[in-house]
Amino acid sequence: MSTALPMEAEVLARREESPGLFTLQLRLTDPAAQAAYAFRPGQFNMLYLYGVGEVPISIVSDPREETLIEHTIRAVGRVTRGLERLAPGDRLGLRGPFGNGWPLGDCEQRDVIVVTGGLGCAPVTGAIHYLMKRRERFGHVNIVQGVKHSADLIWREQYECWARMPDTTVLIAADEAEPLWPWHVGRVTDLFDRLHFDPAQTIVLSCGPEGMMIAVAEQLQAKGIPPERIWLSLERNMQCGIGLCGHCQFGARFVCRDGPVFRWRDVASRLKIRGL
Amino acid sequence: MTAECEGVAEARFLAAADRQRLIDALMDAGHEVHGPVVRDGVIRYEPITTIEELPRGWRDEQQPGRYRLQRQDDERLFAWAAPAHSLKPHVFAPRETLFTARRDTEGRLTFETAEPEAPRIAILGARACDLAGLFLQDKHFLHGPHADAAYRARRRNLFLIAVHCTHPAATCFCAATGDGPVARYGYDLAIGEIDAGWLLTARSEAGVAMLARLPVQEADEEQRQAADAAFTAATRAQTRRLPEGDLPARLAALAESPAWAEVAERCLACGNCTAVCPSCFCHAHVEETDLDGGRSRRLRQWDSCFTAGHSLLHGRPVRADIASRYRQWLTHKLAGWHEQYDRSGCSGCGRCITWCPEGIDLLAEATAVLETAE
Ligand code: SF4
Ligand code: SF4
Ligand code: FES
Repeated sequence: MSTALPMEAEVLARREESPGLFTLQLRLTDPAAQAAYAFRPGQFNMLYLYGVGEVPISIVSDPREETLIEHTIRAVGRVTRGLERLAPGDRLGLRGPFGNGWPLGDCEQRDVIVVTGGLGCAPVTGAIHYLMKRRERFGHVNIVQGVKHSADLIWREQYECWARMPDTTVLIAADEAEPLWPWHVGRVTDLFDRLHFDPAQTIVLSCGPEGMMIAVAEQLQAKGIPPERIWLSLERNMQCGIGLCGHCQFGARFVCRDGPVFRWRDVASRLKIRGL
Repeated sequence: MTAECEGVAEARFLAAADRQRLIDALMDAGHEVHGPVVRDGVIRYEPITTIEELPRGWRDEQQPGRYRLQRQDDERLFAWAAPAHSLKPHVFAPRETLFTARRDTEGRLTFETAEPEAPRIAILGARACDLAGLFLQDKHFLHGPHADAAYRARRRNLFLIAVHCTHPAATCFCAATGDGPVARYGYDLAIGEIDAGWLLTARSEAGVAMLARLPVQEADEEQRQAADAAFTAATRAQTRRLPEGDLPARLAALAESPAWAEVAERCLACGNCTAVCPSCFCHAHVEETDLDGGRSRRLRQWDSCFTAGHSLLHGRPVRADIASRYRQWLTHKLAGWHEQYDRSGCSGCGRCITWCPEGIDLLAEATAVLETAE
């Protein structure tokens, strides 16, 4: 782990997921650093593009995959548009991992509901892979993904493949859909009657736009899931990743260090206030 | 009787004529001495070598949005209140390099930590509010899970000579925060100034050693009482009060008070208040690339939650209006700090009131917000 100084990483492969959305497979060029690198799903790295700057990006690969680190990135700003142009063999800097990650240990023996919306899928994708690779340790796994437009759905085959797994429910909703869209048209919360879970034994992982997460958390709480077992991944401006620069403050919390994953119980009142 | 003279109970006396000896001793011991001087119409810390450079006879007048200096004909060197800057710039540099990245012709990158500049500096005349501010900065930069190396290097090299306040400004409220006017911790040596000279108290080993190099004598009871009376008067002269009660809980319940929009109509979001605040720690990371392209630097520089960039997320500020930014500043100081670092983020120096171009008064605004609860 490197907190202040980046480590050099090399792009092994680059994959286009959809226009403006791409995945980079990275490997730390120092073999000892790569071997020592360990993370939990839900944590993030600061990726440094030479001469341009740094951005926080969540890690989507599996923590047991020791030879590479994978990031799915949307090209929205100066740094991410620059990262989009990287090709195999190119070098960048990497600091991390930072943040707390998802409480995956607490998911064991429980029913799990993963709800993601919009562009927010990357932080939980790593968690879903983790659950699916260790399927026997968890109860019923519900994967609920919402997108604005059906064309925004990435990893479609992946969802279809997960849907065929035993004891797994995959539900997808698009606010607007093209003809022949096989899934729901509307909001993710419309689908909650079709979830399989025992409220006393369920844990919720959610990420996406804050308005969506609030609706998700409120409705699942109304269905009997205690607010301390509903976990949300928050986003804020992040520049240092280590609780020093102050940009990610959310109330008294430093999202980079105390989060990005928080219990709904602890953030509910503040999340509902605009501009905090 | 003596024991009651807080701040000078154990003090030794250095006559006014011998005050240069302290500067000499500090320089002899290898310190660069920084003391208050009058420059550009304000009192601020600058490198000094002689006692003559200190603001002899100067008084300051501080009011909301106003700072003026006036001259009086006396020998007092510290008869004024908070200088224009706190000790913050001495430890948390306004702009510094975090690391340098080099790229070779093959595109390979190497990274190098910047060696922090950390001269051995002695501050002559640190105010109690600013020592409290330093304590707050220490909590943030040193006592979290990721201590900051550059901050630590500079902090370790500071020798601090406090001066107990005898002439608070109208903007001061250290008596209300409990941080002054008498410095009670965090210094090596402290000065209680009376007309005849200085009453010196050592607190650290280094302070004791420094005191031993000076031609000091036993302070007499009259001197002690003169100093003590001045400190008591300095406490009584302060009329500003922090609102009472559990501020974190009270302010959290008022996040949607209409008072935020009201102050936002006056606030220019200039960020002066955060810049002069001794506890504000926010900084932006920025990139600076050499023209030849072989080297690039990552720097950090002071930032303020009053800027749109501070809360930028996916190209848009989370705190889109001035009301939410003013709320961030005020609630961070008076509420968030309690949760983060177990004490208020305000040490009562009053600078945010003095240096606000609109004369906006943090305490009055906190009161206005709290009153909307009734
Ligand atoms: S958030 Fe605002 S008030 Fe808090 S430390 Fe940063 S600049 Fe200061
Ligand atoms: S309160 Fe005053 S000093 Fe602070 S940002 Fe607003 S106008 Fe500037
Ligand atoms: S990203 Fe800098 S404090 Fe959280």
